Amino acid sequence: MMSASSVPALETRALEKRFGGIVASNNVSLSIARGARHALIGPNGAGKTTLVNMLTGVLKPSGGEILLDGRDITALEAHERVRLGIARTFQINQLFADLTPVETLGLAISERLGTGTHFWRVPGTRPEVVDEIAALLERFRLADVMHERTAVLPYGKQRLLEIALAFACRPRVLLLDEPAAGVPEAERHEILAAVAGLPEDVTVLLIEHDMDIVFTFADRISVLVNGQLFVEGTPDAVARDPRVKAVYLGESLDA
Amino acid sequence: MRGPDVSTSAKLASAISAQFTARARWSPLEVLFWLAALATIWLAPDHHLILTEIVIWALLALSLDLILGYAGIISLGHAAFFGIGAYTAGLLAKHALVSEPVLALLVSGAAGAAFGFLTSFLVLRGTDLTRLMVTLGVALLVREIANRAAWLTGGADGLQGIGMEPVLGLFRFDLYGHTAYAYSLVVLFVLFVIARRIVGSPFGLSLQAIKGNPLRASAVGIGQTWRLVGIYTLAAAYAGVAGGLLTQTTAFTSLESLSFDRSADALLVLIIGGTGHLYGGLIGAVVFRFAQDWISAATPQYWQFWIGLFLVLIVLVGRDRIGSWVAPVRRLADRVSDWRAWRRPPAVEPTAPGEGGRP
Repeated sequence: MMSASSVPALETRALEKRFGGIVASNNVSLSIARGARHALIGPNGAGKTTLVNMLTGVLKPSGGEILLDGRDITALEAHERVRLGIARTFQINQLFADLTPVETLGLAISERLGTGTHFWRVPGTRPEVVDEIAALLERFRLADVMHERTAVLPYGKQRLLEIALAFACRPRVLLLDEPAAGVPEAERHEILAAVAGLPEDVTVLLIEHDMDIVFTFADRISVLVNGQLFVEGTPDAVARDPRVKAVYLGESLDA
Repeated sequence: MRGPDVSTSAKLASAISAQFTARARWSPLEVLFWLAALATIWLAPDHHLILTEIVIWALLALSLDLILGYAGIISLGHAAFFGIGAYTAGLLAKHALVSEPVLALLVSGAAGAAFGFLTSFLVLRGTDLTRLMVTLGVALLVREIANRAAWLTGGADGLQGIGMEPVLGLFRFDLYGHTAYAYSLVVLFVLFVIARRIVGSPFGLSLQAIKGNPLRASAVGIGQTWRLVGIYTLAAAYAGVAGGLLTQTTAFTSLESLSFDRSADALLVLIIGGTGHLYGGLIGAVVFRFAQDWISAATPQYWQFWIGLFLVLIVLVGRDRIGSWVAPVRRLADRVSDWRAWRRPPAVEPTAPGEGGRP
């Protein structure tokens, strides 16, 4: 069924990660189609975050390959992968506590434009950077806190900044690691709206515990169990799969 | 619909620019600080010797602030660059290789930078403890080499027989240290302005990002290696210039310039004034040197005791509270700026309401 032009946006081949005797990822061969809304689910300790860390270059795999648009990026550093178009958010906020949202977003944009090493210029003097910061603040509803230090922002705003910051890298592939984790129910819809509003041409890999989010958002689901790819398919197929129900979904869906 | 939309985003854009430029603008307090420093050239002629010392400490601590306050690299060996600068300036003058002081000072800075560049690769990775030990070790090595190479450095006797030419061929160094002070202060000011510009740039911002969260910094595409090498080299250049200034203003240099005491005191000066806001080293140097003078005049034996106590208190009180005494000053500075901004519009009108408010 695959046409010649459909090189997957992101692909792993027999990816493996061992920590001493523990196998955190075992022979994971994952293929994420361009423009997909692909969800990665699995019980705690299934190796989801390990996989994301390998995809983004935080962890070096013990074996296997990672391909971005058909290009082998296994050996590249984290920051080099960002330049090639892969960005991520973190399950636990990883932000710059002392910077404001404006400065934080400005950093990512300047970096992308290659002006991040300019050492004799006042930041924010380039209209294209300022306009882009403005657009991001509006899109992710951060304009009202733009002058605050990130450390003092409400948790929900910090989660939005997490996504905005990854998005500021203009990724072709965006990895969202539990974007709504820990967000109070009242602020949840803001995060979900932001995720749902991501442009269609951006390929999204969503790591998520919350089955409501997964089934509203994803057009394809991979289930990871014990570091291994267990089942893959459309949301319907995965929901119907008896093995998935047995191992994982049973408890959370029927609850 | 469209009208208000456009104006909102225009407003947003200008608020963003304003946030960036507000940081770059010189606050009235800063201007006051430098005017006060400048005034001491004429108002405190009897204190120029100690003031010159303060300027040199300030420059060394400023240099340390560049790596500690902005890139999170802690060092207990900053005297290595200081001493290399000091000996470079001494040797250049003694052997009349470069006799004009400003030029010689640039060479001292370059010598510090060259050594900083080479050793920067040792501090790129690792914990604070690793960095402390590596920088300490490098400084000990350099000091011992200088001690052994007595044919070049004069060894334990120090480098003697340094004669200084006039600055720019115009200003002769005098016994009272007037020229030395004015010269040092100008050098400090110029290097401060450059440092201020650099830490406020996109490059400076990215250093703070690396310091604040290296994991996220690389996740937004910021490569760390060359930025850390860059700032470490720059800091080493500054330290080299500071060392060069000490030699030039005292016509002497010794192993003291490379000593552990100097590294440790530089850190102390910076901690007293607070890291990460450039003025920390400057304020710390004033407090440190005058405190040293006063305490040692009162109780000559116990200088170390008081400075030790002071250090313990500062560290126990903690970084947050040190930051919190900086915060009110910043707020005051902001308020002064606000006041100026508020004053401007009324000034257009013939009757300025601002005038009435002041008795």
